[in-house]
Amino acid sequence: MRRSLIALTAFALATGTVALAGGHGGNPAVKARNAHMSLYSFNLGLLGDMAKGTIDYDAAKATEAASDLAALAAFTQSSYWVEGTAQGDVDGSRAKAEIWSDAAGWAEKMELMKTGSASLAAVAGNGLEALQGGIGDAGAACGACHKAYRGPRN
Amino acid sequence: MLGRIFRWGVFLTLIGLGVYWFITIPKTVSDEQLAGLSSSSEDGEQVFHAAGCASCHAAEKAEGDAKLVLAGGQRFPSPFGTFVAPNISTDTSHGIGGWTQAEFVSAVVQGTSPEGQHYFPAFPYSSYAKMTLQDAVNLHAYMQTLPSDATPNAQHDVAFPFNIRRNIGGWKFLFLSEDWVSDANTPELERGRYLVEALGHCAECHTPRNALGGLDRARWMQGAADPSGKGRIPGITPAQLGWVAADIAEYLKSGFTPEFDTAGGHMVAVVENTAKLPPEDRAAIAAYLLALP
Repeated sequence: MRRSLIALTAFALATGTVALAGGHGGNPAVKARNAHMSLYSFNLGLLGDMAKGTIDYDAAKATEAASDLAALAAFTQSSYWVEGTAQGDVDGSRAKAEIWSDAAGWAEKMELMKTGSASLAAVAGNGLEALQGGIGDAGAACGACHKAYRGPRN
Repeated sequence: MLGRIFRWGVFLTLIGLGVYWFITIPKTVSDEQLAGLSSSSEDGEQVFHAAGCASCHAAEKAEGDAKLVLAGGQRFPSPFGTFVAPNISTDTSHGIGGWTQAEFVSAVVQGTSPEGQHYFPAFPYSSYAKMTLQDAVNLHAYMQTLPSDATPNAQHDVAFPFNIRRNIGGWKFLFLSEDWVSDANTPELERGRYLVEALGHCAECHTPRNALGGLDRARWMQGAADPSGKGRIPGITPAQLGWVAADIAEYLKSGFTPEFDTAGGHMVAVVENTAKLPPEDRAAIAAYLLALP
């Protein structure tokens, strides 16, 4: 009785862990990528709202958000952009297989995001106009990568 | 008795062939129809961007000024086969440099080649059919100023029976219509409708198609399966989008959604074009989309 209870508990724990890691909760690499993207869009949203005039410009907050954006872009991210997790391979992924078949092109786009966000961070605190000018580079970097390496919605 | 049935059979077959022959005749625009129009390459540049020519006809991954080299070669998979964008640069042997104005306009608004063949509707002439002839000759004038490139055209990879060009005349008979889909009762809505339904050919991707590849006008802009077979192209009706006019205009300018996600895939190329239009045009597109049911 006791032994079967232990076995049952072990089984439940094991399946629960597997479900969390794989099936039910989605692919962990894809989840990590989406989380990374959410952080990009949160910071960029703050800067974009200031640039558009939806909220008041604040030099300190703009610098913080742009610095965080640049820090995020500097992540290697290599542990969660793993091969075998393209759109169609795993649920929820919109990553194109070209990320891995065209690694040089992909690296170039990642570099574009690093330089674009670093130049934005350098000017975001220098007034509204500087922010409006700098946000274009970061936006272009987002678009350049999404154009080549993101598939359509699932 | 049998002889009579046979004769009737022959008779009806001939009528059928006659009707088929008649409705599948490739139509063209004549020199006379264009006679009174003077063309402006400057105005044609705006038509070029609004109609998105470079997005499909520039080489794969072309950026910046390279997008004005319309060498072709991009591949478009679909349920009917894979289409390859042709060279429409000013090269006289591989491109369209040797075409007359009427041949160019016939190709764009009627989908008929200078050789009198139907083009496959992967080329969105069923939208361009609503283009004004003035805009078509302006576009021709502008495209004549673009560089030439001697890349030869690749063959489309389309299976029987879709590869029989004459049959496309039947497709045109069924699905090519110059009637507007939406009503427009203000100048802004009219402009937006012209940009969306004619030049921008938005419905070609955002509206689902029937089994024969015709647009389902009853589900106008409600989203469709991606022709590549992976994922979906989103619906852009007001209820599906949930954006206000300023959101749409901003997206068409910078590529940013209200959540600060960005456009992806082929839509990035669309935004590169709409960013070059005047702000009133982006506002007009927004007004049109928000007036959709």
